[in-house]
Amino acid sequence: MIDDDAVRHIANLSKIEVDDDEIQEFKRDFERIIEFFNRLDEIDPDVEPTYNVIPLKNVVRKDMPRKPLDREKVLANAKFREEGYFKGPRVVE
Amino acid sequence: MDVVIGLEVHVQLNRLKTKLFCSCPLDYHGREPNTHVCPVCLGLPGAMPVINREAVRSAIKVALALNAEINPVMRFDRKNYFYPDLPKGFQISQYDMPLAWGGYVTIETESGEKRVTLKRIHMEEDPGKLSYKGSITTAKYSLIDYNRSGAPLLEIVTEPVLRSPKEARTFLNTLRIILEYLDVFDGDLEGAMRVDANISIAGGGRVEIKNISSFKGVERALAYEITRQKNLMRRGRKIERETRHFDEANSITVSLRSKEEEQDYRYFPEPDLVPIYTSEFVDDVKDALPEMPWEKRERLIKQYSLSLEKAKILVLDPKMADYFERVAKEIDPRVAASWIVDVLRGELNYRDMSFSEGERRLNSDELVELLTYFLKGRITEKGVVEVIRTKLDHGGSVEEIIQSKGLFSIPQDEIDRLCREAIEKNPKAVEDYRAGKKQAANFLVGYVMKMTEGRADPGETARKIREILEEIS
Ligand SMILES: [Zn+2]
Repeated sequence: MIDDDAVRHIANLSKIEVDDDEIQEFKRDFERIIEFFNRLDEIDPDVEPTYNVIPLKNVVRKDMPRKPLDREKVLANAKFREEGYFKGPRVVE
Repeated sequence: MDVVIGLEVHVQLNRLKTKLFCSCPLDYHGREPNTHVCPVCLGLPGAMPVINREAVRSAIKVALALNAEINPVMRFDRKNYFYPDLPKGFQISQYDMPLAWGGYVTIETESGEKRVTLKRIHMEEDPGKLSYKGSITTAKYSLIDYNRSGAPLLEIVTEPVLRSPKEARTFLNTLRIILEYLDVFDGDLEGAMRVDANISIAGGGRVEIKNISSFKGVERALAYEITRQKNLMRRGRKIERETRHFDEANSITVSLRSKEEEQDYRYFPEPDLVPIYTSEFVDDVKDALPEMPWEKRERLIKQYSLSLEKAKILVLDPKMADYFERVAKEIDPRVAASWIVDVLRGELNYRDMSFSEGERRLNSDELVELLTYFLKGRITEKGVVEVIRTKLDHGGSVEEIIQSKGLFSIPQDEIDRLCREAIEKNPKAVEDYRAGKKQAANFLVGYVMKMTEGRADPGETARKIREILEEIS
């Protein structure tokens, strides 16, 4: 059920390049992962799904502004910048 | 031909002070790029989101006002896609447990009231903003500003029940008014409301038009799309299911390169946020709900004996309704309503001026002062209009304007005196009149008009002059 195209599709979504021989490797890994997940089918379907593992709810904060990060720090790790902007690739098709 | 339209409306909860998941200030409009950001809204590793309590309250407010069914438990999910405006590589949104399901908005159409039903309302964060130096088509790179990143958004999705571009626009206008009544939204701010529209014509595929940023734009994009699709059908072509982009400058829609595969967002629960049990907020929010436009309309009709037509217009803007109520405390409410709705609002529309701007230039006390002169007969209807126009265009005090423009009417006994004077000083005209030349009276009216510098009412003066002439003959 995991074919070469499925691996390519997932690689594309993850923005990862894979070679043809790597595809075979991933295929085997994915099969094992899916097999592992299939064990969930053995669980009683009436059990509440676990959306969150921490027993907390309604953690909120006040609507009070705090000083933002200094712009020099904001841009400190940017490889490319211009006039206070991050510079990125052209994305219009 | 049958046209079916559905809208996805992105509304910024821009009356809040901070972003959805961090404490960055929301007043980023017109500010330097990347000055309203922090590790959370920049998506830096290890930064943790915490939801804004007031954003939850505002969202619940909207869901209640739109008659939607609020989920007892809502939670957040990650919507994964790569785009430079999205620093984390995913957007925190809601998927299968959103804020609310259903709901409706009642709109006025040419054929009466219509209920526009909603599918769902969910909360999400706004992405950052891309811009290009020079032309979007020739720029070699994009510039990214994350000030907007993490701003609180509501996505309101309608069922495909709208039948024309005009209905779509009416729906958006009505929605805007409701949101402004709730004080969660300022529609004047740039990017406050962005719309994706789905449209299909009977027999054709569904076409989605992405990211339209104005009300007029929605109407124009849809109108263009209907024409385009009908023309294709006429030529026997098939309407393909696709996504298009609205080119605002040219009022056309253009095809985005259709991706072979469906977008695959791989939604999964956001592990850094805990669920929200809405019942802890709902009662509180319910108590704080303001009077809604339809409620205010009914109250105005009852309390001030206004016509439905006048009340409908007054409630279009809560500021206008408040203004009316302040004026109506001092003078006859029906007179007040008619001056505000028919004259003041018309003058504002003519100047493309918002009501709040108009209110700054002519406040309710000043309108009371002006209308009191009118009701006492000290100034004519035309004079009132002239004062309103002058106030809007140049300012000044009401009394000064009336004085300097000579708009105070001449008291009736002064008019009477001038009529008698006209008759005494013009025996020839009187003689002509008696001899049957009825138009000779016009000469006498002219005399009064000249003496009053045109401030006397000519019809009224003529009547008075004929009355005196008959009396003394
Ligand atoms: Zn932030």
